[in-house]
Parts: sequence; structure tokens; C-alpha cells
Amino acid sequence: MENFTPLSALAGGLMIGLGAAVLLLVGGRMAGVSGIVSGMLKPSLDDQLWRACFVAGLLAGAGAYAFFAPDNFIVQFDATAGTVAAAGLMVGYGTQLCHGCTSGHGICGVGRLSPRSIVATALFVASAMSTVFMTRHMMGAA
Amino acid sequence: MPLALSALAAGILFGLGLAVSQMTNPAKVLAFLDVTGAWDPSLAIVMAAALAVFFAAFRIAQGRPAPLLADAFKLPARREIDAALVAGSVLFGAGWGLAGLCPAPAITALISGQRKAFLFLGAMLVGMLIYRLTTRRHA
Repeated sequence: MENFTPLSALAGGLMIGLGAAVLLLVGGRMAGVSGIVSGMLKPSLDDQLWRACFVAGLLAGAGAYAFFAPDNFIVQFDATAGTVAAAGLMVGYGTQLCHGCTSGHGICGVGRLSPRSIVATALFVASAMSTVFMTRHMMGAA
Repeated sequence: MPLALSALAAGILFGLGLAVSQMTNPAKVLAFLDVTGAWDPSLAIVMAAALAVFFAAFRIAQGRPAPLLADAFKLPARREIDAALVAGSVLFGAGWGLAGLCPAPAITALISGQRKAFLFLGAMLVGMLIYRLTTRRHA
């Protein structure tokens, strides 16, 4: 567990929760990122401004951190370009089919004690762990 | 406009939190998912901390008639645990485990300027569009 970073994980997690709390208590909306992004693809103008502002905020928050602490902002892809593209398709289609992702189901849904979201979160975490087990320990790929 | 400003503030906090906790890094996320390898439990701490804050926020929201700067709370209406929920979750999880990115970090990863970050987000948007175009017929 030499890579375990509990303090930054705790601090970052509190900020993520606070962000979702602000959107709920001030704006009355759920911080489900797959829903916010897919909503921007709709041909309707309703709700587009706040969605765009949330996404701009995500980029600004992460961008500010990358600017001030560039050594700590690492984005390392181990997968090949083909795998990355296939994974993106699966994440896009899958999150629409189950109507949520790590934020919408995992944080907001489980935080509301929604049975639907608790089932979804258990399933996607188990599926992701199984996928990593198969690709790293059974097929020999990195 | 107040809703947009609250969304901007929420997004900044959320994006900062992802960066601080290194959840923007696919390799770090995969290290959490690799339970039988050199396991890194950091993501569990991130989720637990975010959940604790949101759980408290939701209790507060339940005691209020409306959010501070909007007309009403818009909560998900779906209740049923059906085949689509199961299949979608399993498919999403498989994609998450292949690349190490889920939708929020897919956006913040763009900051790195890497080609694979744009490739993932582009493919994710295509996946969302395919769902939209293929399900409209049945709806």
C-alpha cells in the first residue's frame, strides 16, 4: 500500500462532497456528471446554462490545481488508444442505460440511500474490479 | 443566473477535489480497482468523505421547502431496479476498469492536454449519443 494517500483523499473527497452539497442546497440539482454532460447533448436549451457552468467549474477547479501544483497533477494512461476509445464508448452508453455514474449513483444516490443507486454502485465497482483482475492478472496485459 | 453561479461554484469545488485526491489520474483509479495487486485504497476514502458530506447535505435539504436560489429540488424519480440498471452498471464498470476514467475525471483529464484524454471523452459522448438515438424509437 505504498501508494496510499489517505490525507489528500480525505481532503479531496470532502471538497467533492461539498461541491455536490452546494449544487443541491443552493441550486436544487444533483451533481451527477454523466447526466449533466449527456443533458448538454440534448437539442433543448432548457438547463443548458447551469450544466455548462458546472462543467466549466470542473475544468477551472482541476486547472487551477494543475497550474499551482503541476507536479501533483498526473494523468497517466496505461491502456492503448484502442482500449481507451472502447472504454469511452462503454462508459458513455453504460451510464445512460443505468442513468448515473460514480457521482450521480455513487455519491448523490448512495447519499440519498436510494436502493437503485446502491445496487448500481455495487455492480459497477464489482464490474470494474473484475475487469482489472481479468486484464491485469489473467490476460497478462498491463 | 443564480443557479448557474451555484453550478459554477459547485463545479470548481468538485474539480478541485478530484485533482487534490488524484482521482483525475487513471493509473491511481486502476490501483484502487486492482484489489489483488498493489492495492491503493485511496478512492474508498474519497468516496467515504464525499458521501458523508452529501449525506448530511441531503438531510438538511429534506427539511427545507426549496433550495436557496432555485424554485424546487429536482430529485431523480426512478425507483425500479430493472435489467437496464443492471446491464448499464456492469457495462459502465467494465469501461471504467479498462481505462480508469469515469465521466467527471474524463472532463478534468482534458487539462493534461493528452490525446488519449480527448479520445476518451469523445468516445464517451458518442456512446451517450448512440444511447439517445437508439432508445428514442422505443420511448
